Amino acid sequence: MEKLIQLSLSGIANGAIYALVALGFVLIFKSSDVINFAQGELLMIGAYLTYMTVQQFGLFWPIGVVVAVILAAVVGVLIQQLVLRPLIGEPAISVIMVTIGLSSVLRAIVGAVWGITPLPAPQFLPRDPINILGATVGMDKLLAIGLALLLFGILTVFFRTSSEGIAMRAVADDQQAALSMGISIKRVWAVAWAIAAVTAAAGGILLMSIFGGVSGTIAHVGLLVFPVVILGGLDSIPGAVVGGVIIGLLEAFAGGYLPPELGMGQVTPFIVLVLILLVRPYGLFGQKLIERV
Amino acid sequence: MQSGTFHSTYAGDMALRPYWPMRIRIILIIAILLLFPWFGNRYWLNLANTIGIAAIGAIGLNVLVGFTGQISIGHAGFMAVGAYTTGLLAAHAGLPMWISIPIACIVAAGIGAIFGMPSVRLKGLYLAIATLAAQEIIIWFLTKGDKFVQMATGDRRVVFFGESLSIPPAANSLFGFALKGNNDFNFYWVIMTCLVLTVLFVSNLFRSRAGRAMVAIRDQDIAAQVIGVDLFKYKLLAFATSSFIAGLAGALMAHYRGIISWERFTIDVSILYLSMIIIGGLGSVSGSIYGAAFMTILPALLSNVSRAASGFMPAFANYLPYIQQGAFGLAIVLFLIFEPEGIVKMWRNLKDYFRLWPFSY
Repeated sequence: MEKLIQLSLSGIANGAIYALVALGFVLIFKSSDVINFAQGELLMIGAYLTYMTVQQFGLFWPIGVVVAVILAAVVGVLIQQLVLRPLIGEPAISVIMVTIGLSSVLRAIVGAVWGITPLPAPQFLPRDPINILGATVGMDKLLAIGLALLLFGILTVFFRTSSEGIAMRAVADDQQAALSMGISIKRVWAVAWAIAAVTAAAGGILLMSIFGGVSGTIAHVGLLVFPVVILGGLDSIPGAVVGGVIIGLLEAFAGGYLPPELGMGQVTPFIVLVLILLVRPYGLFGQKLIERV
Repeated sequence: MQSGTFHSTYAGDMALRPYWPMRIRIILIIAILLLFPWFGNRYWLNLANTIGIAAIGAIGLNVLVGFTGQISIGHAGFMAVGAYTTGLLAAHAGLPMWISIPIACIVAAGIGAIFGMPSVRLKGLYLAIATLAAQEIIIWFLTKGDKFVQMATGDRRVVFFGESLSIPPAANSLFGFALKGNNDFNFYWVIMTCLVLTVLFVSNLFRSRAGRAMVAIRDQDIAAQVIGVDLFKYKLLAFATSSFIAGLAGALMAHYRGIISWERFTIDVSILYLSMIIIGGLGSVSGSIYGAAFMTILPALLSNVSRAASGFMPAFANYLPYIQQGAFGLAIVLFLIFEPEGIVKMWRNLKDYFRLWPFSY
């Protein structure tokens, strides 16, 4: 029982972080039909920028985090402006490959600046163990869940009430109609990339704080985004949240209950991914696409 | 040089190389290929062999991505299947290369067809993600498969894959003749023969019914289905063909290097192959070869430059891995932005410029 609760909580904590990263991915896909393979690298950039502002520049950590998040948003907007805008109207494979090329460039830059050895990260989340129903869980994991929930709340309010958020929903729904209503699609895309970079950076900062260190391998979380978004539906924001938590739980249970030497934790999300694609390709909440010639 | 396409016979219309400049060029290329190993040293032979294997793999991927329009991010996984099948057969069953490589290709084709099955219901982005899962699952099996067997048999000493698999040199024999002596030189002939056969096979495949059905699926799958193309059959065939060729590339690499480990087949390698066909040109056999050469020579060139610059710029060598990685990414991004159709298109533009000169409008 204790093991179950412990695994559930750490699964949900990881899942909340995956959901944050997946959220940015879904936003970009919804507004511009771009599959972003550089999402994990955006997360890595966010973590390293925080390392830079807090550890290297010695800023007080809330200020450092805010500065890092703003910088990450700038990176996101720049990527959209410089790299993705020239590719409007190109086939899917080109768009996929350009984000892959981009991820390689980003990893090279991070490697050249900060090296590949893991760096000790600044820890802002308290790590005291806490007892819940007999299971001990680190305080940082609970805080990660709380912070992720808070961010989701802010984003929900943003999409429901702000004119920027409503414009984004309009573009996601129907680009042509949105254009004819005077919505600037370019602006919406820029905002989508900025938000994606910010949520990825938030995920990166949380992961860095939980791991207690930062290294280039943190970008591998970017691959786990795919099971999450396919499970939830590529174009569904609630789907990203639910999918993230389910994948986080599955990963924790498979890693915790099945023989550890098999490493089932890493592969289960991908097996689930193939099964979902076979049974329900548009995911739990995704929109079924009707195609015409 | 001819100024346009003027076919007067059906035979001329169907020829692969209809014009005399093309025929002269192909003869020149064959002559260079035949003469090269007698003059090249080990470094150059190794580079040529690496390019040859990469070109075979890239052609295989192009069958799937460029000609059939099914995006695959799991190509290295299928190469791994080929490499490990031949490796296991050579190391544990003692089969010679000329038997084990064809078996490896067939096994790879089978696995490819299995992972191609989701393509019936999926297309485009979704399929790309499904092949990504295939890649991760195959690599996971290679790293943990031993543990499975050990748990199933209860015998902890059973080791099939291990950390890395070495292939006994005795397996490198062709029809009873052992390949001895200069490994690079011997394998040059094996690899180039396989490359030429692959090129001939794939160029002719797309002049046949099956190949044309694949191209129709790429251009508009629903329309293809309406005119009577069996989507399931031809998509699976494309996956199987592509994986067969990938298996060949993987198996050749296994025997040439003599040692394989899963690290040679990670997702980064899949991406490398995708970048080769993007940079070379999607849907073009010669483009796959150009792209393979470009992507193999680029890092080698950079490391040579860094060695030359080590005297006056020692920092270059320290940053070499990052420069190589960055150059790789930049090459993809710049090609996609400025010449999405790749090196093939650049070469065609160059030819057109001279053909239409001085009235290039």
